[in-house]
Amino acid sequence: MSAVTLETTAAAPARTRVRVRRRRLVVRTSQLALVVAFIGGWELAVRAKLIDEFTYGRPSMVVAQLKTWIFDGTEVGSLGAQIWVTLEETLIGFAIGVSLGVVLGVALGRIPFLADVFDPFIKVMNSIPRIVLGSIFVLWFGLGLLSKVVLVVVLVFFAVFFNAFQGAREVDRNLIANARILGASPRKVTWQVVVPSAMTWIIASLHIAFGFALIGAIVGEFIGAQHGLGLLINEARGAFNPNGVYAAMLIIAVVALAAEWLIALLERRLLRWRPSQLPSSPDI
Amino acid sequence: MTDETPAVELRDVTKRFRSPDGSVYTALRDLSMTVAPGEFCAVVGPTGCGKSTTLSLVSGLEPASAGTVHIDGVPVTGIDPRVGFMFQSDAVFPWKSVLANVAAGPLFRGRPRKAVLGEAREWVRRVGLAGFEEHLPHQLSGGMRKRVALAQTLINEPRILLMDEPFAALDAQTRQIMSDELLRLWELTRPSVIFVTHDLEEAIALADKVVVLTVGPATVKGEYRVDLPRPRRVQEIRFEPRFVALYERIWQALRDEVKLAYARTAKAVAA
Repeated sequence: MSAVTLETTAAAPARTRVRVRRRRLVVRTSQLALVVAFIGGWELAVRAKLIDEFTYGRPSMVVAQLKTWIFDGTEVGSLGAQIWVTLEETLIGFAIGVSLGVVLGVALGRIPFLADVFDPFIKVMNSIPRIVLGSIFVLWFGLGLLSKVVLVVVLVFFAVFFNAFQGAREVDRNLIANARILGASPRKVTWQVVVPSAMTWIIASLHIAFGFALIGAIVGEFIGAQHGLGLLINEARGAFNPNGVYAAMLIIAVVALAAEWLIALLERRLLRWRPSQLPSSPDI
Repeated sequence: MTDETPAVELRDVTKRFRSPDGSVYTALRDLSMTVAPGEFCAVVGPTGCGKSTTLSLVSGLEPASAGTVHIDGVPVTGIDPRVGFMFQSDAVFPWKSVLANVAAGPLFRGRPRKAVLGEAREWVRRVGLAGFEEHLPHQLSGGMRKRVALAQTLINEPRILLMDEPFAALDAQTRQIMSDELLRLWELTRPSVIFVTHDLEEAIALADKVVVLTVGPATVKGEYRVDLPRPRRVQEIRFEPRFVALYERIWQALRDEVKLAYARTAKAVAA
């Protein structure tokens, strides 16, 4: 009798595991099928002349375009160099924007006087559609790296700033009182209580901020540049080459996904102390 | 006893708060009380009467609107390093390990890291958490987190220990265990204690003196000496005739205030 019970209880988790694995397989297969159906359908529709290749492009030609770029380079230099230029603008701007956003957000969150003084300015700046500032920055800073970096900084700053500000203001008052009683100076309260506590908010904003950074760099290049992925898109558009636009989009997507993965890694490391931290949910 | 300077003295203290809508709310009115050096003083009163406010005044977190607060005869003007404070809610730092939490106070005060860590280890052991040094607060039970908070407060060797219903969130059994633990640790260094609670049984079991506050704005309704022998066992002391007699006597005073407070909230709900 007991042997039977033991056997069933031991078998149960194994069976659950099999079911979970099978489910995952079905999900993956369905996803693959969707991609194949979409791209294949597109390719077939173009070949059957159901949709216009000149306007909508063709998947196999996107692959061909990527191959040309990888092996023969683009009109403005090797593909790697273009990716690097865009990445450089993105990363420099991202780093500066995040630093400024965190420092000013925490400072204003901690010092109500500053928050009161700056409140209207920030509201006004935030209501400006900042992406159009790119045109001004190209005028001011030229076609090189600087104009893109400045645009990225502006976009990233606001995304991070508001979260850092909110995070610094929502710190549990008990934690601050406790630190003060234990002997922490205002500076130590900021560094050892407010910043770690606001980190949840700040990290959450990094996901969005990196997306903004990439958009800023590419739009900046779009407006005026000599190198970069945005330039590739702009040139392809000018040459009525939709496949070039798709190919550049694909590259950007890969870069964005890689960055997202790195930020998730950082998040898991820095927010290890958070009880609600679930092992990142698969997909979506 | 009379010529001794009290460790804590509140003299005709009034505390008013301005609520966000602009109206003024008086939490304490002309409250006077003293705590002798090494005395364990419990403060009881109906919910929301301003018990916790007395602690923020003594700690220096809030200034009094009128009257003065003295520690060892010197007026309180800010946070005093001789004061320790255990909060009602969890106030341990969730991103720091148990050891780092316990070591936080001395490190904040700029003492050398190595010596502090050794001392913190000793305190972790003293509150019965040996082996949990590297755990994070969310990996601990509520009772264990209270132990961390206790060690975190006591490592600074406060001469005055303020406690704001520190065990209110715990289940009854854990609470009694923690109360015994508190008394044991208190005996080691004998700071003066102000222990705020709304539980009269807890107050009598722990304290040398019970101060009953009136319904808000709070002032002192009466002071009662608890002449039960120490060391005490919190679980057992409740059944002693002397305890029961004291309980009945203090409850007489407290009951009217609790009834008044209840009537007020009932009226507020009805309005």
